[in-house]
Amino acid sequence: MYIAVVFLPLLGSIIAGLFGRVIGDRASQVVTCTGLGLSALCAALIFQTVAIDGHSVTVPLLTWIKSGGLDVSWALRFDTLTAVMLIVVTFVSFMVHVYSIGYMSHDHSIPRFMSYLSLFTFAMLMLVTADNLVQMFFGWEGVGVASYLLIGFWYHKPSACAAAIKAFVVNRVGDFGFALGIFGTFFLFGTVGFDDIFAAAPSKAQTIVHFFGCDVNAITIVSLLLFVGAMGKSAQLGLHTWLPDAMEGPTPVSALIHAATMVTAGVFMVSRMSPLFEQSETALAVVTIIGAATAFFAATVGCVQNDIKRVIAYSTCSQLGYMFFAIGVSAYPAAIFHLFTHAFFKALLFLGAGSVIHAMSDEQDIRKMGGIGKHIKVTCALMWIGSLALAGIPPFAGHYSKDAILSAAWASGSTSGHIAFFLGMGAAFMTAFYSWRLLILVFHGKPRADDHVMGHVHESPLVMIIPLLVLAVGAVLSGAVGHDMFVGEENHEFWRAAIAILPDHTALASVEHVPDWVEHGPLVLAVSGIALAYLLYVVFPAVPSFLATNLRGLYLFALNKWYFDELYDFLFVRPAFKIGRGFWQGGDGALIDGVGPDGVAAAAKDIGRRVALLQSGYLYHYAFAMLIGIVAIVSWYAFMAH
Amino acid sequence: MITADLATVLPELLLALAGLGLLMFGVFHKGDATRVVSVLAILAFAAALLVMAKGDTQSITAFNGLFQVDRFTVFSKGLILLAAAFTTAMSVDFLEKEKIGRFEYPVLIVFSTLGMLTMVSAGDFLTLYMGLELQSLPLYVLAAYNRDNQRATEAGLKYFVLGALASGLLLYGISLVYGFAGTTQFSSLTLVLGATEGAAPSMGVIVGMVFILAGLAFKISAVPFHMWTPDVYEGAPTSVTAFFAVTPKIAAFTLLIRVLEGPFGQLGHQWQQVIVVIALLSMFVGSFGALGQNNIKRLLAYSSIGHVGFALVGLAAGTEMGIQGVLVYLAIYLFMNIGAFAIVMLMRRKGVAVEGVDDLAGLSKTHPALAYVMAGVMFSMAGIPPLAGFWGKFYVFMAAVQAGLWTLSIVGLLTSVVSAFYYLRVIKVMFMDEPKGEFDRHIGKPAKLVLVLSTAVIILFSIFPGPLLSSAKVAAQVLFPG
Repeated sequence: MYIAVVFLPLLGSIIAGLFGRVIGDRASQVVTCTGLGLSALCAALIFQTVAIDGHSVTVPLLTWIKSGGLDVSWALRFDTLTAVMLIVVTFVSFMVHVYSIGYMSHDHSIPRFMSYLSLFTFAMLMLVTADNLVQMFFGWEGVGVASYLLIGFWYHKPSACAAAIKAFVVNRVGDFGFALGIFGTFFLFGTVGFDDIFAAAPSKAQTIVHFFGCDVNAITIVSLLLFVGAMGKSAQLGLHTWLPDAMEGPTPVSALIHAATMVTAGVFMVSRMSPLFEQSETALAVVTIIGAATAFFAATVGCVQNDIKRVIAYSTCSQLGYMFFAIGVSAYPAAIFHLFTHAFFKALLFLGAGSVIHAMSDEQDIRKMGGIGKHIKVTCALMWIGSLALAGIPPFAGHYSKDAILSAAWASGSTSGHIAFFLGMGAAFMTAFYSWRLLILVFHGKPRADDHVMGHVHESPLVMIIPLLVLAVGAVLSGAVGHDMFVGEENHEFWRAAIAILPDHTALASVEHVPDWVEHGPLVLAVSGIALAYLLYVVFPAVPSFLATNLRGLYLFALNKWYFDELYDFLFVRPAFKIGRGFWQGGDGALIDGVGPDGVAAAAKDIGRRVALLQSGYLYHYAFAMLIGIVAIVSWYAFMAH
Repeated sequence: MITADLATVLPELLLALAGLGLLMFGVFHKGDATRVVSVLAILAFAAALLVMAKGDTQSITAFNGLFQVDRFTVFSKGLILLAAAFTTAMSVDFLEKEKIGRFEYPVLIVFSTLGMLTMVSAGDFLTLYMGLELQSLPLYVLAAYNRDNQRATEAGLKYFVLGALASGLLLYGISLVYGFAGTTQFSSLTLVLGATEGAAPSMGVIVGMVFILAGLAFKISAVPFHMWTPDVYEGAPTSVTAFFAVTPKIAAFTLLIRVLEGPFGQLGHQWQQVIVVIALLSMFVGSFGALGQNNIKRLLAYSSIGHVGFALVGLAAGTEMGIQGVLVYLAIYLFMNIGAFAIVMLMRRKGVAVEGVDDLAGLSKTHPALAYVMAGVMFSMAGIPPLAGFWGKFYVFMAAVQAGLWTLSIVGLLTSVVSAFYYLRVIKVMFMDEPKGEFDRHIGKPAKLVLVLSTAVIILFSIFPGPLLSSAKVAAQVLFPG
């Protein structure tokens, strides 16, 4: 069971990937979906055993690297944290697999797509079940590769290729930080195994290393480096630019990778490393600030985007920010709880968006939609559920997890926690606003699409709707059901050793004691956000464009995503290209090729020509050469003799 | 006494009689006797080889020291006879197709070979000169053998005039040596020059040695005495070129080794400087000169100049290992060249011989077998492991490095990189260019045999280097007694 949960998707991927052409589209779909279905079943059983009954398990597989002090083995680690992730990953992935059968039915390379999906799932499972940092890095890179393949699935689209490369490169930056973090960990602890690291962490809390001329706390450095890795995968401010572009991939990919699983890998990793992060106040503060800033930033951008998937993508970015600042205030359970609920409602939103796009003949611009709610009632209802959950309206799932995070941020009592709280409140308001902006523009009001498109609007097939329904159940119930388990009074019973929180980090414990306005504030803001969206887009539809014209600077700033892409383009991409071109044309072309191969070849050719020219064909030249040779040699000896 | 002397020169005697007999046979034979005489000539070579192999291989001198036989001469003569036999065999079909088949051709080769055997066995400068002239005169005739062809006659004339000049230099050198050392006999010279050990050797002897060296360098076409080579190789009929490229070179090279390590052995320090310089120049010219050539015979001419340069590296080392390396190199050179020339002789479209490198275009598609053999030969010449040519270079450079001749080794390696270009170009043309039209299909039995043998040696030397290495070692040991 423990091995099956991880390796069934790999098996499915291999079968569909290598033999997809032989066994055909349908069989590929069946194989991968079955693999995932069984895997999800195993995950449920494991959740029962490990999380509910409390039997943590580590399944050793084999020794991987044994070199000097470095001892890395393959082992599957199952504790509560892993069990939660298993549920999220396998269930969402299963739903996405099933959904893909319908969504990708017109595609030409279905086996390839299904194989990539399963491969991704395998890598993600490898990541969450890792027993040491190196194995986690394997899964980490595996999801990176699979995500590259999936974003660039439609490789004939230049924009998809560019997005895939961008995602990969930006992730490399994070991965580099992660790799350095692993090196640092090994340097500090002499091991990469989690158990040993966690056991040794408290004793190393005060270790100081000399770094670039300053003395710094070793754990802080290692934690921050690991966090850089997390930022890359989880699209936190600064390394977030790839996520919106990644929407070039097929919509199921967006739902699987960019809502429920890969982007949450960073959150998972930091939670997994909680014993380490707990030892460094600095690192936690940095995580809090970055997370809160991301939550706020992404929400502002989400308010003005016009591509349905990009709105949801920025929303994801923003929600990931929430999770990180929850971590920053040591409310890891709240972060994982939000991860858990978010996975359901965000996957629902993405898949719902896919259904909309499907209905609108591949139109993604919400300005060209409108009024299709009455044609696709089920999708519309499901999107409403997803949005209600996202906005945090009770009793939907988001309400529980988001409130827990915001309360914890306030309850932490620290400055960074309070900054995070206020930014989070602002983001909550905007979240509700952009969610309803999207709903209203897409489903309500007058149709803005042409008649041809409107005539084609149709509900998606059952194979797409059923996964949506399942996810919708999760979006409705997961908050209420999970609340007590994840963040309730008795959450220690649930998490046990999976998450470590220092006793004086009491944010989560004192959630129940926050003032009323903190407790109810998010709901009020969410409702007012919805109301504002209603006012602006239903009652006074002229206002948005009026605002956009009169606050042009602000509008463009948000629309252009705070100019991050342009800034990076200017700071990194162009200089990199310039340096690359310099090395290529100047260094390699002119210098190495010019002086080296080309230069030598040209010189050789020239010398060859001259040598051949000596061969005049005249007899007396030849005789002359011989005599000159004799004379030269004799003179040499005559000269030497004296 | 005279019987013992005659027994010593039995192979030479046999060839001399065969030459005379074949001449008579050819004259009195009705109709075209080329083929018959050729076959008989090859049999004569084989007989000489057999006699030599059966004979005593201890060091013997005959005719009062004028003539000497030892393992070194046996090795050298073995190569010469093999080369002569192969090139004669290859020639028959070619001559008939070129319509220049006359029975004098094999007879001339027999006499020239006789001259080579004689000079290799020389124990005296007079024997040396006699042998050298006996091998040269038939070569002059052979170069101009296609007497109705302007280029061939030009080649023959050039070769003759320059050859005469070289002969003159050699003879002058011999007279100088005689004047200053008082003897022309190798063994006496060793003693005389050895006696002045410590004191600076006489300038007259050194100048004489330089002249002798120049005369021999002409025969092996070492730079700057190489100028005739490209013109003669190109102008002479291809079968003659093949003979030129292999047989006299091996003869003259072994003779050079004998002279330098024998009588002038005591002047090793002096001649080493000259050999180093002409080795450098030969490698340089051989590599660069061929870069722009499109005529395959001219290309092979430069290639042979380069190969001589590489072989001279081993001689420059002046050690037993170096000489062994040279002998191995020469043997490998023999098989690579007969392979290459066998293919060049097959380059014939609608009965007309073609000689351009680009005529080989697409050979891999029209005649895959030929293309692969040629590719093997070219790779081997370029010195690509594991083919034989690599080991040839390896041994001489190894010896040079051990003798401390770093400059020579490095220049040698660099020029062999340059020369790799034109060998690889031939391969590129054969395998990557579009075919230019097929060559005539007929490939005679001798050509097939030579191609198979040449390929076998090139490939198998890596696996069974033993026989050649050990016989070359035995031969080289003769020159380094004690």
